[in-house]
Amino acid sequence: MRLKRLVLGAAVAGLVGVSVPATQAVAQDSLFVPLFTYRTGPFANSGIPIANGMHDYLAMLNARDGGIGGVKLNIQECETGYNDAKGVECYDSVKGKNPLVVNPYSTGITLALIPKASVDHIPVLSMAYGLSASAVGADFPWIFNPPDTYWDGMSIALKYIAEKEGGFAKLKGKTIGFIFLDVGYGREPIPLLNDFAKDYGFNVKMYPVPPSQMQSQGSVWLSVRRDRPDWMIMWGWGAMNPTAVTEAARTGYPMNHFIGVWWSGSEGDARPAGEAAKGYLSLNFNAVGANYPAIKDIEKYVIAKGQSQTPKDQIGENFYNRGVMNAVVIAEAIRNAQRITHKKVIDGADMRRGLETLQISEQRWKQIGLPEFAAPIHVTCQDHNGHGSVYVQQWTGKGWAKVSGWITPVKEKVIPLLYDAAKDYISKNQPWPKRTEPCDDKTL
Amino acid sequence: MFYREVGQFKSSYAADQALLPILQDRIGIAVILLVAFVAVPLTASGFMLDSVLIPILVFALAATGLNLLTGYTGLLSLGTGGFMGVGAYSCYKLATIFPNVNIIVLILCSGLFAAAIGTLFGLPSLRIKGFYLAVATLAAQFFLSWCFIRIPWLYNYNISGSIEVPTRTLFGIPVTGPTASSETRYLVVLSIVVVLTLLAANLVRGRIGRMWMAVRDMDLAAELIGIRLYQTKLLAFAVSSFYCGVAGAMLVFLYLGSADPESFSINQSFLILFMVIIGGLGSLLGAFLGAALIRGLPILLRHAPAYFGVSLQSATVEQTSYLILGALIIVFLIVEPHGLARLWQIGKQKLRVWPFPY
Repeated sequence: MRLKRLVLGAAVAGLVGVSVPATQAVAQDSLFVPLFTYRTGPFANSGIPIANGMHDYLAMLNARDGGIGGVKLNIQECETGYNDAKGVECYDSVKGKNPLVVNPYSTGITLALIPKASVDHIPVLSMAYGLSASAVGADFPWIFNPPDTYWDGMSIALKYIAEKEGGFAKLKGKTIGFIFLDVGYGREPIPLLNDFAKDYGFNVKMYPVPPSQMQSQGSVWLSVRRDRPDWMIMWGWGAMNPTAVTEAARTGYPMNHFIGVWWSGSEGDARPAGEAAKGYLSLNFNAVGANYPAIKDIEKYVIAKGQSQTPKDQIGENFYNRGVMNAVVIAEAIRNAQRITHKKVIDGADMRRGLETLQISEQRWKQIGLPEFAAPIHVTCQDHNGHGSVYVQQWTGKGWAKVSGWITPVKEKVIPLLYDAAKDYISKNQPWPKRTEPCDDKTL
Repeated sequence: MFYREVGQFKSSYAADQALLPILQDRIGIAVILLVAFVAVPLTASGFMLDSVLIPILVFALAATGLNLLTGYTGLLSLGTGGFMGVGAYSCYKLATIFPNVNIIVLILCSGLFAAAIGTLFGLPSLRIKGFYLAVATLAAQFFLSWCFIRIPWLYNYNISGSIEVPTRTLFGIPVTGPTASSETRYLVVLSIVVVLTLLAANLVRGRIGRMWMAVRDMDLAAELIGIRLYQTKLLAFAVSSFYCGVAGAMLVFLYLGSADPESFSINQSFLILFMVIIGGLGSLLGAFLGAALIRGLPILLRHAPAYFGVSLQSATVEQTSYLILGALIIVFLIVEPHGLARLWQIGKQKLRVWPFPY
């Protein structure tokens, strides 16, 4: 009886204890950059290196330069678990603390935040994910998705295939399989794929993988074996990637005809399949490797001081560098916003202007200690994306090797489709607010 | 001493059969409602409303729905997530087809669609019982999840396959969509939940509720005293699905603002079943307590370290909050296997005889 009372008392005390709400003071003289990350759950394998990369670069700026423009960055992670409801919860928890920008790192969460961004005056940076149509700055002033949309990615994958087959005309009659995570993210490129299929006369086979089936793709690959598509394109994420690569190898699918999007190209995606994964291709827009001055600085100022969760051997891996690149975009946009507003401490609205006129030239990449790390990024009011170049990398069994030059997306097809999609989105989400934000670079 | 009904004489049948026959209960409920309707919207922060109170209320309504079926009628269902989805998707379709109709009417109407689907999947309930019925409702869950992914008409052919909530106003104030304030949405959710809970409370203590309980306790005996099993069970499915459907519509329109089929997966069904079990089978209070524990506590636990100024890695917080929640559930079930509602009942009895327990 006494034990029961004790247990009960402790439980009640615990409940009362945690339910005391206290408001946290927000430091006025810092730049608050929340990072929505996921280090738990079935998508953690993809999420952890990206979270590490983003955190480490920003922490390095704090340690090396004392922040940006002399103002410290306040970096806070919020765990989303790649779950939409938890992502929205993270957003609600940071909304009142003057965040400069949010990085949802999930297309589902991005879709949920797009309507909120213009109301709450918080820019959303969805770096090469999210809603492709949000690249249209006139309709989505608060959403940014450089350097490429999924539609750009799909057009580049098809361009690469066409190049190998001897031109787009040779694609006629061929079959291209599309294996994708059956959520908003994986479905995003389908309209473009269908459009190309219609124009060039190739067949498309769809292989949707629901999140609950990510780790048991046996039946999907059985259908692949039956259909024998000439090429396979994958839009996978989390535990789906290594499973797909392993299954492809087991089915005997020719790995050099299997292309993953930039989110299906981490070392951890190919490594589990061992030697059999040799030849697997994936798109990429950032360099792989740790041999850059800025990454050396991260090692020196952050990792050596024990202020990071990054394991030593993962520095410079593809998704780690992807995280670094995301952090560079944030940092450069803050710098840019400080420059155009002549303020040291900026807010979300200033950050939006900074993102909207963001330019990272080849020279600038060099200055920040990441020479030739990625293609130049050029965002304008009109074009919130830039449609940058992407290259194809191949798994050698030990690491990634660049096997193509920089490939430009098929802009003449992608951009008109983007405008149509933006119009469609707005017509379905009436009343949609008209853009009232002034444009700094006069492209609108 | 604090909770004695001594001296409260009833002089009419109406007074004797009132929903809350004891004065203290009436005062208590009035205070709770006053706090919920007035004090909370005035004082609570946006985060508290958006991420704690609104979800708790929405899930409490879904748990109430499942409780009517499982706790009162004794029919185990694993299709709750699917029925919530029916409510959400039908509300979405209704809102696109009838953009000018009051959104609250649409939310309640979408419950009717869920009721229809629920009745359909309740048809086998006369022939199969217990775990076998659970499996049949599991089939409903999978079938409905499949529909939400594979029938593009349901999500207006959106490329992403998810549904997004348009802005709708009520007396000129936005109620749904990004411009709706947390306070407005909270008050709308609270009003719907209060009204439907009142309805449920009256339902379960009347003829219908007694029929359900008779079926639950022994269906053969119930049949012998003249209760038509089939109609009773189907009615339970219909009413339960109505509640789940309304909860699903509120989940999307008043809480999340957008949803994809994952929001109505089997995990959601299990979560609501756990709320009912931990809260207490066959108790409306239990649905609220269960929802608060399962849905509210993890959120508070996740943000507790930051409130107290402790800085922990976000993943560590996530893992520990899972651990603590799991431990708490076990503790509560050891202390009171009949759920939190029973715990409150025991407390009430203790208060009644205090300070001279016998």
